[in-house]
Amino acid sequence: MSLDYVKFTPGFEQFMPKEYRDMVEHGPFGKKTTVSQMGSFKEILEEHPMCAGCAMTLFIRLAIIAFPNPEDTITVGTAGCGRLAISQAAIPFVYGNYGDQNGVASGLSRGLRLRFGDKPKDVVVIAGDGGTADIGFQQVLHSWFRKERFTTIMLDNEVYGNTGGQESGMTTRGAVLKMAPLGKKFEKMDMVTMAKVAGCSYIATVVPNNPRRVESVIKKAVLIARDIGPTYIQAYTSCNIEYAIPTDKVMEDAKTVEDDRYKFTEYVSDEAKAYLAERYGYKEFVPKAPVAVTTA
Amino acid sequence: MEPISVIGTKNKKGQVFTDPRVMMRDAPRTPSFYTGSEVIKEAIRRASIDVMIAYPITPQSEAAALIGELFAEGYIGDYFRGESEFAVMSQCAGAAFGGARVFTTTAGPGTMRAMENFPMWAGARLPIQCIVTCRGINSPLSIQPDTIEISYLMQTGMLVWHAETAQDFYDWILMGYMVSEEPEVHLPLALCCDGFFVTHTKDVVDLTPTDMCLPPYDPYRSPVPCMDMECPPVRMMRDPFIMKSNYISYATHASWQQEVWAAAERSRKHTIAWLNGLIETENSDADILIVTSGTAVSQGREAIRLLADEGIRVGLVKIKTLRPWPEEEIREATKHATHIIVPEFNVIGWMAKEIKATIPRSERVVAGPRVCGGMTMPPEIIVEEIKRALGIRSTTLAARG
Ligand SMILES: Cc1ncc(C[n+]2csc(CCOP(=O)(O)OP(=O)(O)O)c2C)c(N)n1
Ligand code: SF4
Repeated sequence: MSLDYVKFTPGFEQFMPKEYRDMVEHGPFGKKTTVSQMGSFKEILEEHPMCAGCAMTLFIRLAIIAFPNPEDTITVGTAGCGRLAISQAAIPFVYGNYGDQNGVASGLSRGLRLRFGDKPKDVVVIAGDGGTADIGFQQVLHSWFRKERFTTIMLDNEVYGNTGGQESGMTTRGAVLKMAPLGKKFEKMDMVTMAKVAGCSYIATVVPNNPRRVESVIKKAVLIARDIGPTYIQAYTSCNIEYAIPTDKVMEDAKTVEDDRYKFTEYVSDEAKAYLAERYGYKEFVPKAPVAVTTA
Repeated sequence: MEPISVIGTKNKKGQVFTDPRVMMRDAPRTPSFYTGSEVIKEAIRRASIDVMIAYPITPQSEAAALIGELFAEGYIGDYFRGESEFAVMSQCAGAAFGGARVFTTTAGPGTMRAMENFPMWAGARLPIQCIVTCRGINSPLSIQPDTIEISYLMQTGMLVWHAETAQDFYDWILMGYMVSEEPEVHLPLALCCDGFFVTHTKDVVDLTPTDMCLPPYDPYRSPVPCMDMECPPVRMMRDPFIMKSNYISYATHASWQQEVWAAAERSRKHTIAWLNGLIETENSDADILIVTSGTAVSQGREAIRLLADEGIRVGLVKIKTLRPWPEEEIREATKHATHIIVPEFNVIGWMAKEIKATIPRSERVVAGPRVCGGMTMPPEIIVEEIKRALGIRSTTLAARG
């Protein structure tokens, strides 16, 4: 988007609604806002109708703040709790059908590349675990195999939240949920390994209680997807309603789950490392000067 | 401010972006002997398509692959094979959301597999064109011609046209984009034909010059925002309507559905201008009329010739668009008819049902003959149906050697 759009037409300033004025004057467009500035700028996502204390909402909020180029970012989602918040952000949200988000994003990212050439337009998929690992599985995997250049974020609450708490492929084994009356019979799906096998250039697992880390992985994932290949972030975003987590214990739960099965992991392909170092100055990926080896 | 016109400029293949009216109506035509699949390719060569997404299913696989050749030659911006028809239609939606002109093809089980996408396309106002080369959807698996899938497409909110010949196909592919992309229409088009009969037979088709092509799609003529983040950063939605069980939510969904169907209605005037009417008639003053669409029309023409030899005069109404449905036109064309014969290539007789629901004195409709599952429709069975309706005895076909 030309940042000219984020201006008032001269003479119209006073007639614009306050909400819009705030977005233009104090929004993040064209600025490099960070999560540490939260509370001091107008956020792209504010109101949402999700349950009080829902960790997914916090994660989505952090993720959107972390977008490296919000003025040229388009989100793609699907049915599920997350869409209720994402669709209220002040950037476009595309919805197709339940589970087809990675197909829609494939077409979208190709269409935008045809139209805008090298000017980056970041496409970011944000979908639930059911949408990603169950009903959308085929389209997710194929978009990765095709090396489609966009980011996929799984909001993993380990349950179908929006339809009232049914087992998903990402539910842990043994959990008793709707449609798993005797407990889930098989293991939590290992989507991280599948992302690796399918050729994602960047893969990370995170929980929402470390905002800077969330910001860091989202930024890297979006930047790498611009030019190198598909990127995947799997975030634990608990469903306090279906798992009966008291709202004041949501962060504590995230910590417990982090220690148990959601340790921070990050995979960056060599090509992606070189790209981040060269193009975006990521120091940690600058190749170390070879240590001189002397042979006697 | 006048938009800068691209008319007269060249694309990277050296084709000149031409005023579609000039290209379709005034430009010289070259008669060419092609299969229906090749005709699809030739139309697409001239359609300034940004994205085509393909998936194999008989009888459209050949056309879909030929368009891949066009991509390799540089006539199409992007092209790939998706992983299923549902995925393909989702991918098409994504490209269209991003402002691309999109084309795809499918058939039979592919249409059914993709079905969830079609009302979504219509609701999202994506002017994608999908060629549907109809085939059976029954079990056991069949690849033969059968038009039953059209009856499902007719309820999706898409524009649905039914081509009789390869010439229809060629012209309607190009004209289809012009109608679909009108700002007051902006709907997807299912351009149907009867598989094999049209796709795999050769016919002489008059083609427009190869060095002329349609002007590119302008996504900013869309009635809904293009999802390219080239617009002011408004919040597009407050309180997703899916969340609410209240009157405002219901009214929003209801009015949007009505708007989609109203947009299809508004396509009438554009379609009439491009297709020269939603129906075509011959001798519609005759007492007996054959009224149908697709290749059943061609078989009807043969039956009319056979009956003329016996001194029985029969007229013809060819229905070109099923959505919008040419209600007034059909009522007018059939007003004097005593017998309305509706031959169809499907078991349920959806066309006869539509006509019965349209005209007064619907007992005039003879819902047949119908063939399905790939059976051909010899003109003789139409002749027989007409004679039976008139109370004339005829030797049954079964008695023939
Ligand atoms: C084709 C189709 N099947 C089923 C549904 C119903 N549905 C809506 S949301 C949802 C569950 C979402 O679960 P998940 O993807 O895990 O996201 P969450 O709500 O947990 O964030 C389902 C099954 C639908 N909308 N469309
Ligand atoms: S149902 Fe669960 S995931 Fe959905 S909004 Fe409520 S707490 Fe969040």
